[in-house]
Amino acid sequence: MEAVRRQTRMPKHRFLFSASTYQTLSWGLVLLAAFVVSPWIEQGINPYWFTIVIYCGINIILAVSLNLVNGFTGQFSIGHAGFMAVGAYVAAVVTMALGANPAWNEFVASNGISESAVLPIGLCLGGIAAAGAGYMVGMPSLRLRGDYLAIVTLGFGEIIRVIMMNTEAVGGASGLNNIPFLSNFGWVYSSVVLTVFCVWRMVHSSHGRTLLAVREDEIAGEAMGVNTTQAKVRAFAMGAFFAGVAGGLYAHQLRILTPQTFDFNRSFEVVIMVVLGGMGSISGSVVAAVLLTVLREALRVVQTWYEIDIRMVIYSLVLIILMLTRPNGLFGSREITDFFPASLRRKLAGGAEARGGVK
Amino acid sequence: MNMRLVTRVTLGFAVAAPLAIGPNIEAQAAEDFIKIGEVGSTTGSEATFGVATHQGVDLAIKEINATGGIKGKKLKVILLDDQGKPEEAATATTRLITQDKVTAIIGEVASSRSLAMAPIAQQYKIPMISPSSTNPKVTEIGDYIFRVCFIDPFQGFVMARFAAENLKIKRVAILRDVKNDYSVGLAKYFTETFKKLGGDIVLDQSYSAGDIDFKSQLTAIRATKPDAIFVPGYYTEVGLIARQARSLGIKVPMMGGDGWDSPKLLQIGGKAMEGAYFSNHYSAEDKSPHVQAFIDRYRKAYKDTPSGLAAMGFDATMVLADAMKRAKSLSTSDIRAALAATKDFQGVTGRISIDQQRNAVKPAVVLKVVNGSFAYESTIRPG
Repeated sequence: MEAVRRQTRMPKHRFLFSASTYQTLSWGLVLLAAFVVSPWIEQGINPYWFTIVIYCGINIILAVSLNLVNGFTGQFSIGHAGFMAVGAYVAAVVTMALGANPAWNEFVASNGISESAVLPIGLCLGGIAAAGAGYMVGMPSLRLRGDYLAIVTLGFGEIIRVIMMNTEAVGGASGLNNIPFLSNFGWVYSSVVLTVFCVWRMVHSSHGRTLLAVREDEIAGEAMGVNTTQAKVRAFAMGAFFAGVAGGLYAHQLRILTPQTFDFNRSFEVVIMVVLGGMGSISGSVVAAVLLTVLREALRVVQTWYEIDIRMVIYSLVLIILMLTRPNGLFGSREITDFFPASLRRKLAGGAEARGGVK
Repeated sequence: MNMRLVTRVTLGFAVAAPLAIGPNIEAQAAEDFIKIGEVGSTTGSEATFGVATHQGVDLAIKEINATGGIKGKKLKVILLDDQGKPEEAATATTRLITQDKVTAIIGEVASSRSLAMAPIAQQYKIPMISPSSTNPKVTEIGDYIFRVCFIDPFQGFVMARFAAENLKIKRVAILRDVKNDYSVGLAKYFTETFKKLGGDIVLDQSYSAGDIDFKSQLTAIRATKPDAIFVPGYYTEVGLIARQARSLGIKVPMMGGDGWDSPKLLQIGGKAMEGAYFSNHYSAEDKSPHVQAFIDRYRKAYKDTPSGLAAMGFDATMVLADAMKRAKSLSTSDIRAALAATKDFQGVTGRISIDQQRNAVKPAVVLKVVNGSFAYESTIRPG
């Protein structure tokens, strides 16, 4: 219950507004950093590392959004790849349709809008479609608990994959190719910041409190007047939205989508990131997503040395060792801000935190 | 506790970073080498594809180096694994081109992964040769993308020629998988060629992958009394179709494409498959001396009979080496031009010429199911 004590101590913000001045300032700084770093990253960095940076970003979005469901709300979902697939396909179809539409191209040309402007439209629609799917799956199935919910979400992910495989309009089994290459550092970075910001504000709002209540004790929460089903569906839909955005970015980075890409292995990869980072820690998810993405690529060197691929052996060993030494994940339910000096922490959290004192 | 955590995380990155950047000492010493990248699924559910192809590639590289290499330089292959995932194939390709600075790339087996790699190779203008991606879309990506296998429509042509000229039959019924562009393409080109050769398509029926019962289609086919049935699907359904056809008393032979090439075909179809014909890339029973010589060398190296994929990997490397020998210089644009001009190259899987669309024009073999194994029947040349 230590985690709850710490988290419930935080002030009851409304969802997106009423952040303290310091919070607003620091988030503004984080977003501004994109403009400073972006040209340097795009021009200066080796394209190979650049690709890895992009995949780190996509995985961060996936892990943080799943953490909202698995970590904060305590619902074990293993169907994240399904939502990602919905977002990826919808976003790709939207940008391809707009790119082939003469009226849109004329509009873009005459108003001097950059060609990559179709990407945010695709991402938003992809995210909304995924959120819709999340809502539809969530409504009936979130009355289930634990293992049963896990099975339903797993089944959902597979259903999505099979639907994609049998839909000729999106390429069927051979996949959708010739997707425009639009994912750049700016879009990925701002999507990451937006995801982390939204999830963080969500968790620290009164809506977020209901999520924590559901996680800690559903019956007690209900007795206190928390609409648990609504809380769960909300977390589910929001998690699905960002998974859809990640899928859209993925589609416009890889330029080809095949249904096999979104099998349950991908869902498990995201679950691993969440568990490794710590259930209920946003910073943990971020660090774990980056760590696992970089680790997999870093271990490629081993293959060029020994000519055999022992990447997955080392990768699994690292996972086992990390989970044995830190069973609650790298961060547990702490956040990176918990390691900041007390004075800074007080300023960041605003007045209420300061009055609540530090431990 | 907190400090320990921070230390551990930092330590983790500190260890990972230099590992990733890697020792470039090796790269500097390798100046006399021509580096060739290979991307394949050496782990994961399709590991056999990647491993078999790599053994073929490796054998070719060793043979080229044993005879002095190319333009005084030896070849060196850098193999990266993609675990059967398109995004890993794309990252591996980016790494091979920008970190390892390879001159050319060989890969991938599966069309979906080749399609993820091709835009990157095209962007950096590095020639890429796919050993066995048969989807026509792959080489349409750009003028640096080649393949050494035939494309799907060609197999329809091959089986039509085989039916008309070798089996000398006139009436064929078709049973195609509507959900599979591979199957639809084969059926279309089979019909075109077969009619041109004076044959008659008596009935065109369809099914969907995953179906179990084919009796209604087969009953309709039985009523038309065809000389053969063309079933260009994958082995699972084909096996079931064969069983049900025999139980309905249909005795005529069945024909198909390389989607049949799996031991599972015989497990599912059993005795019903006997006497069926299908087209494939290569047969280990081909009696041509250079094929038998390749099989001997492969057996010596790996104690195993080379599969079709190994033969394709071998040929892809040999075609590339041949182009490098003919190229004016080892610049990627010269190698590309030489690759595009490849004509009548004698490979293990037949005489290979590269056409305008950068696809291989080459013969296909027809195999027959005899006593529960695939026996070499004939070779069909293009044109």
